[in-house]
Amino acid sequence: MDFRRFLMEKTQFKWPYPVNYEKENREECDVLVVGGGLAGAFAAINAAKKGARVIVTDKGAIVRSGCAGTGIDHWGNAFTSPCSTNTPDDMLTSPGDPYSPEFARYIGMKESYEAALELESYGMAIRDEKDEFKGAPFRDEETKLMFAYDYKNKHTLRLPGGEQMKPVLYKEMKRLGIKMFDRVMTTSLLTEDGKQGGRVIGATGVNTRTGEFYVFSAKSTILSTGKPLRLWDFATELVGSNAHHDDPNSAGDGDVMAWRAGAKLMMMDRTHSTSAGRRYPAYMTGNMDNTWRPASIVDATGKEIPWEDRDGNILTSVEERNKVGEGQKMMSAGGSKVPYAMRAPTLIHDLQQRIESGEYKMPFYADMTNLPDEERRAVFGLMLGNEGKTKVPVVETLRNSGFDPEKDMLQANVLPPEYMGKDEPWWDVKYPGIGGPNIRDTSFIGGGGLVVDWSLKTSLDGLYAAGNQIAGFSGASNAAATGRYAGRNAAVAAGKVEQLPVSEEQIAEEKKRVYAFVQRQEGYGWKEIQFGLCRIMQDYCGDYRSGEVMEMGLWWLNSIRENELANAVAANPHDLGKILDVDNRLTVDQIVITQSLSRKASSPRMGTVRLDYPENGDNCGYYQTLRQENGETVVEELPFYYWREEGSCREAYEKHCCL
Amino acid sequence: MYNAYFLPSPMTPNECITFDPEKCIGCNTCVDVCRCDVLMPNPEKGKEPIVMYPDECWFCGACVSDCPKGACRLNHPVNQRIAWKRKETGEIFRVKYSYMK
Ligand SMILES: Cc1cc2nc3c(=O)[nH]c(=O)nc-3n(C[C@H](O)[C@H](O)[C@H](O)COP(=O)(O)OP(=O)(O)OC[C@H]3O[C@@H](n4cnc5c(N)ncnc54)[C@H](O)[C@@H]3O)c2cc1C
Ligand code: SF4
Ligand code: SF4
Repeated sequence: MDFRRFLMEKTQFKWPYPVNYEKENREECDVLVVGGGLAGAFAAINAAKKGARVIVTDKGAIVRSGCAGTGIDHWGNAFTSPCSTNTPDDMLTSPGDPYSPEFARYIGMKESYEAALELESYGMAIRDEKDEFKGAPFRDEETKLMFAYDYKNKHTLRLPGGEQMKPVLYKEMKRLGIKMFDRVMTTSLLTEDGKQGGRVIGATGVNTRTGEFYVFSAKSTILSTGKPLRLWDFATELVGSNAHHDDPNSAGDGDVMAWRAGAKLMMMDRTHSTSAGRRYPAYMTGNMDNTWRPASIVDATGKEIPWEDRDGNILTSVEERNKVGEGQKMMSAGGSKVPYAMRAPTLIHDLQQRIESGEYKMPFYADMTNLPDEERRAVFGLMLGNEGKTKVPVVETLRNSGFDPEKDMLQANVLPPEYMGKDEPWWDVKYPGIGGPNIRDTSFIGGGGLVVDWSLKTSLDGLYAAGNQIAGFSGASNAAATGRYAGRNAAVAAGKVEQLPVSEEQIAEEKKRVYAFVQRQEGYGWKEIQFGLCRIMQDYCGDYRSGEVMEMGLWWLNSIRENELANAVAANPHDLGKILDVDNRLTVDQIVITQSLSRKASSPRMGTVRLDYPENGDNCGYYQTLRQENGETVVEELPFYYWREEGSCREAYEKHCCL
Repeated sequence: MYNAYFLPSPMTPNECITFDPEKCIGCNTCVDVCRCDVLMPNPEKGKEPIVMYPDECWFCGACVSDCPKGACRLNHPVNQRIAWKRKETGEIFRVKYSYMK
């Protein structure tokens, strides 16, 4: 008898919530929002303001769910604020970057500042009302707005109330009478007549505390469930869910539900190497970029590492670390990997050689003691006090342990010399791949997702996407802006259609699939299967790929589905949610390998090396999209910049923004 | 007293969240704001929650932030702790938690 079985039989304690498997709850609305993170919350509020009856479901607790659940320190793309030196139209480049969805970025730039004002109207501080930073070089004295990184062009806001973002949005959703369902994991989309490719008319879900079943009927549905995570690496035994940067509830559910319903996906094979289980808590080790800019870095002997501008000129003052180059419109954190046009000042480029020659000695430390007072308070209060996972985990932990930023220097994690100083953030070191070979990740790089048009509608009628759910897209203000925009579009579209009846057959089939896991007494636990899936992705879809190897990977995935997953057991509704996550990740794995297999080229932009197709296929002129029709995978081509068919960004935005 | 319990060995992190039973009123706010359902209500009403799924913790700090009594603490696992140097004296310190000397 295994210990689980033994405890199941002998434990005197019952599951703490009332359990009602199979019990059906039916709900109806105009707009259903699946995933109540930043994108979902903004979508729900803006759909409700258009008069729609709105429902939001979330796997977690909406008040703190999603990547931004415990905060955001910088709010990018505020190009319409009175302080910005550039407009959204100034920022459009020609010919552009086909792998970054320009239309979604444009929506982001048009509505980022509007979304910040929205947050302010719900009670979140976006200005230095308390005059704590009066006279600081990053503050605009008239508006009291404060800016990060680039103090000249002023389009990334620092948010003094960022930590309260989700609670504030939650309160507003409540005030508007939006129906919210915490811990209801949406499991499938319902389609017209239950057919793949049909209009989306709602969704099903299961409560991961009570096991109850939900059927939502909706005229429009918005998917905002984030990006799939933990496909290659699952390191809970080392650092809990902290092994990955983004929300651990991101299992690719939205992508899988849309896939099963017949929607088009693209760029699903976009990954980079990652540190995974080797990382430190986000922003908790000595750093100098992003949240930590412009901290100084010193070596073990106290010698300061010089900074240089993007042209390699040594900088002599702290002030210059936040200064753009001559004629540069914008700069972005991220070190040497950032393209020249956007590159910010960083540590000297030959730091590796200078460490190897003995000039600088490790370990390094972030030294804020001699920063101007307002910069030190900005890093250790304004930024680390509001960034996700830093107020309590970093600031409180360090302070409680006696750390004083006026006196102490925080150690940077020790890395081989070739990684030091490069490619911030050091705690994550995802670009060099300190996690080892074949450990890859989809977050932080604009990984794949749903194909959407200028209304943020997917290829299926009735189905919209926002935030990280959009292929190639990510970021907090971007999630908020596209949430607003998708919310309005979904509400307007809902006003023009009748609610269609749901297919009882489709619902019955889904219930059968979901509840099978809680009807077995013995079998595989979700963690073991998840580890196993990661092994398949590491070995068969890793840093180097080829046709035969990936075909073998698909064979393995199918086999695991038919054997181990078909014999998986969930002990309670919580476990059930986790095993459904694993089922979803297995499907995402299949989509990723299928996409990578059919690409038939290497792709530096997707992070893919194909040993059998070494040529660089990035300039092929089209995206490869995937969808399902009658259960079969269909691979199609979609021209680069397909959104430009609607004219300029300005024209298309005005036509579709529903304002 | 020497320990000899019939228990499986849990995966680390073992103690992602700790409670001060003196301060905790068992309101379960921390339980309800946790995105991962790491915490479960104590079967004994009014008592501090049970850390049922410690290795699923994201270390986000929501439970600590939103506790009305300041009764819970977050503890990063041992391999997640970092040191610092006092500039004046060169002394080295490290991240410590309430239960450490
Ligand atoms: C710690 C951290 C700090 C960050 N800081 C910044 C920053 O300062 N500035 C910045 O621009 N960006 C930042 N980012 C990135 C930014 O937060 C994200 O890009 C953005 O919040 C994504 O929002 P989203 O709503 O699209 O997705 P998510 O936040 O991932 O939300 C997805 C939601 O869907 C829910 N969900 C998933 N599956 C289901 C399902 N089956 N049924 C129901 N619900 C489901 C999840 O519970 C979650 O609430 C940060 C990210 C992290 C993790
Ligand atoms: S929120 Fe605080 S007081 Fe309430 S149960 Fe949790 S630890 Fe105890
Ligand atoms: S730190 Fe976050 S994930 Fe961990 S128990 Fe607390 S609320 Fe849950």
